[in-house]
Amino acid sequence: MKEVSFGQYYPVDSFVHRMDPRLKIVFLIGFIVAIFVANSFYGLIACAGVLILIIAFSRVPFVKILKAVRGVLFLVLFTAVINILFHGGEHVYWKWKIFTVTREGIVFSAYLILRLVLLVVCSSMLTYTTTPVSLTDGIESLLTPLKWVHFPVHALALIMSIALRFIPILMEETERIKNAQKARGADFESGGLIKRIRAFIPILVPLLISALRKAEELGDAMDARCYGGKKRTKYKKLRFTWRDLVGFLTLAILITGVALLRVYVGDIV
Amino acid sequence: MHAIEFENVDFAYSEEGKREFCIKGLNFAVEEGEFVAVLGHNGSGKSTLARLSNGILVPDGGKITVFDTPLDDKHLFDVRKQVGVVFQNPDNQTVASIVEDDVAFGAENVALPREEIGRRIDFALQAVGMEEYRHATVARLSGGQKQRIAIAGVLALKPRLMIFDEATAMLDPKGRREIAAVAKRLNEEENITVILITHFMEEALLADRAIVLNKGEIVMEGAPKDIFARHEELLTYNLTLPRIGTICKTLREGGMSVTDTLDTDLLADEIARDLKGGNAS
Amino acid sequence: MRIVCENLSYTYNAGSPFAVKALDGVSLTVEEGEFFGIIGHTGSGKSTFVQHLNALLRVPSSLKKYKPKKLKKGEVPPPAPVLRVGEYDLTDKKTDFFALRKRVGMVFQYPEHQLFAETVEKDVAFGLKNFLKKGEKLSDEERKVAVSDALKTVGLDYDEVAEKSPFDLSGGQKRRVAIAGVIVTKPEILVLDEPAAGLDPLGKQEIMELLHRIHGDWCKTVVIVSHDMDEIAEHCTRAAVFSEGKVVMCAPPKELFREAETLLSLGLDIPLTAKLCRALKERGIDLDCDFTLEDFTAKVLALKRGGMA
Repeated sequence: MKEVSFGQYYPVDSFVHRMDPRLKIVFLIGFIVAIFVANSFYGLIACAGVLILIIAFSRVPFVKILKAVRGVLFLVLFTAVINILFHGGEHVYWKWKIFTVTREGIVFSAYLILRLVLLVVCSSMLTYTTTPVSLTDGIESLLTPLKWVHFPVHALALIMSIALRFIPILMEETERIKNAQKARGADFESGGLIKRIRAFIPILVPLLISALRKAEELGDAMDARCYGGKKRTKYKKLRFTWRDLVGFLTLAILITGVALLRVYVGDIV
Repeated sequence: MHAIEFENVDFAYSEEGKREFCIKGLNFAVEEGEFVAVLGHNGSGKSTLARLSNGILVPDGGKITVFDTPLDDKHLFDVRKQVGVVFQNPDNQTVASIVEDDVAFGAENVALPREEIGRRIDFALQAVGMEEYRHATVARLSGGQKQRIAIAGVLALKPRLMIFDEATAMLDPKGRREIAAVAKRLNEEENITVILITHFMEEALLADRAIVLNKGEIVMEGAPKDIFARHEELLTYNLTLPRIGTICKTLREGGMSVTDTLDTDLLADEIARDLKGGNAS
Repeated sequence: MRIVCENLSYTYNAGSPFAVKALDGVSLTVEEGEFFGIIGHTGSGKSTFVQHLNALLRVPSSLKKYKPKKLKKGEVPPPAPVLRVGEYDLTDKKTDFFALRKRVGMVFQYPEHQLFAETVEKDVAFGLKNFLKKGEKLSDEERKVAVSDALKTVGLDYDEVAEKSPFDLSGGQKRRVAIAGVIVTKPEILVLDEPAAGLDPLGKQEIMELLHRIHGDWCKTVVIVSHDMDEIAEHCTRAAVFSEGKVVMCAPPKELFREAETLLSLGLDIPLTAKLCRALKERGIDLDCDFTLEDFTAKVLALKRGGMA
């Protein structure tokens, strides 16, 4: 039987893996704030330092981190080049038609690259160390205050949870239908665009029917288990532990640090 | 007390203006604590029966009563708390990816306190023999295990009546045996009334009473053993004899004195007695 | 066409933390003309194996981007896999896999889940059209004859169902239409993954009768994956037992089910007849039967007539 791996989760047990998903989500947001508050080289180095610590404690191999960066490499380099050529500034090194390369431009681009890389690595650390299921739990818990304005937090969480449960099943189903049609001579690889789109009808129709059948059966099973009552409780409670306190303090120190650097050291550029 | 009672229940699908009766004037009752098997070929109306029993489908006529509570809009949730239904497809009944989260789902829906939900999960997982899988991922379980989780999810609501709607049809023989054994144990140890809907004759043997449905009507009823003895009649309802029944029949026609049994050891005893007896005479 | 397989291994998600070894050095030969059974638990590798037979799963060396792994000094290379179906070498990049698929039909589990067209006729004809060679034309008449033949083989009447939507049919009929959609091209080898799963006993019986009908006719070899030991005992010339990606036994049912202990220790079932033979042996009666119902009852009755020797 084929295992469908879903999401980026890297299955090891570590300090970071065991942290509360809510803390990790808040940490990511805080970290993003920090890298944009930091307007000096030292500030960004501090952010990078914290991130390296997290990576070290997560036991996620370094190759995985590089892979995450490689995914956005083109975007990063492209933005950097554009910025170098158009940023402008006082210390001009080179000028040709509308392009100017300045010291300010180069420094700004370097910062931009660093910030983007930090952003990407930190977000992928969240998905590497948190299962989709606990990520959902975390989001639901963080959104709880919205219940006061009658936002259907639970329904949203249930939709995410069911999606997580059924996406792998539907992926497997797609694979199976595709193979069944291939066995009947279907060709998904050759021909022009129209032909290729048409070739997918024998996959899409059965998949849609299957999804509808699943939805109907799941609906019945949920009804049978008394879904839809007025009041509902929640079994799983996320718990804050000392690990999360460590994480929280680290974040607090980082943000305070970069804020102080911004006020007292100021912009290097 | 009746666990469930159907009085003159009709149910029809309307298709292109025509009304196709699925269940027609059905009268039957199951006593509290009973284990009843419902047999019938595909399309005999047996799955409609399950969906009528907990209000997923609403009858066109007649009355359904569950533990003295009429099944109507007002009492829908009261009835659903008492009637648990396990469906056919093990993949399409779980809402959560982790076992304990899924088992908790029903208990959460009826707003039980947290500690009680915890106890219910313990109880339900133990009842189906899946305690060690509490934190496992549902997707990695076998079909039989998934189906046991579905049972646990229903059990967490502590129903008094459980309906297995062809819950074994998609499983391999091992999974099938597991589920049948769980149904039997729940009936004996937890005193839960069980209705087992199936097309496997072997499973019907576990029941105190068997009912054969054909075109939405009850056509045979009685102890499973007695029903299997009526081969010719079963065939007219598109039901086949279990293989062991065929063996008994062939041997008897060959002049051996074997009675209809569905137990391999009993049959072996009878064959041995007949052969050795024949030798002695 | 003969199926020859040696040292076949397969790993899903190779190189990731989710890697699962599904096949581990499988060697197996299926002769032309056999009704071959494949037994094993879910996850034993049996489905992975049969999907290799018409190249839905590929031996790595047959893929375009394949590069042989570099060996470290002193490392012994693993034995090269062999997979041949008739004249097709499935380890070779140059093999015409499309032509192979036309001659090796494959019926998946719950095949009715692959139906898609508006009418039964169109769905059954799908494979027929796909497998046309370049420039080859199929007249409406030829198509109708082929579709009507296939439907007749599975016990459906062309005039009655051809214009219907496949989704309006009953469960059992859907399954048969789906099977018709595979056999419409008359493959020489037909591979079926639990064709009777989920059907009631009567539906099961009909499917097995259907397979015997075509096996005696144009379909030379049938390979059937099944959980149902009674089915294997009753119908197969030989059967292979898969466990944890390996073939642990391969023999005719008569020999296979004599090793009841081994099968039971693998958590597998044995046929009813084998259970009865075991129970009779405990009672001092040795029965030498081939584990079909007919032979079992015949041997018991023979003992009865001849008295206990």
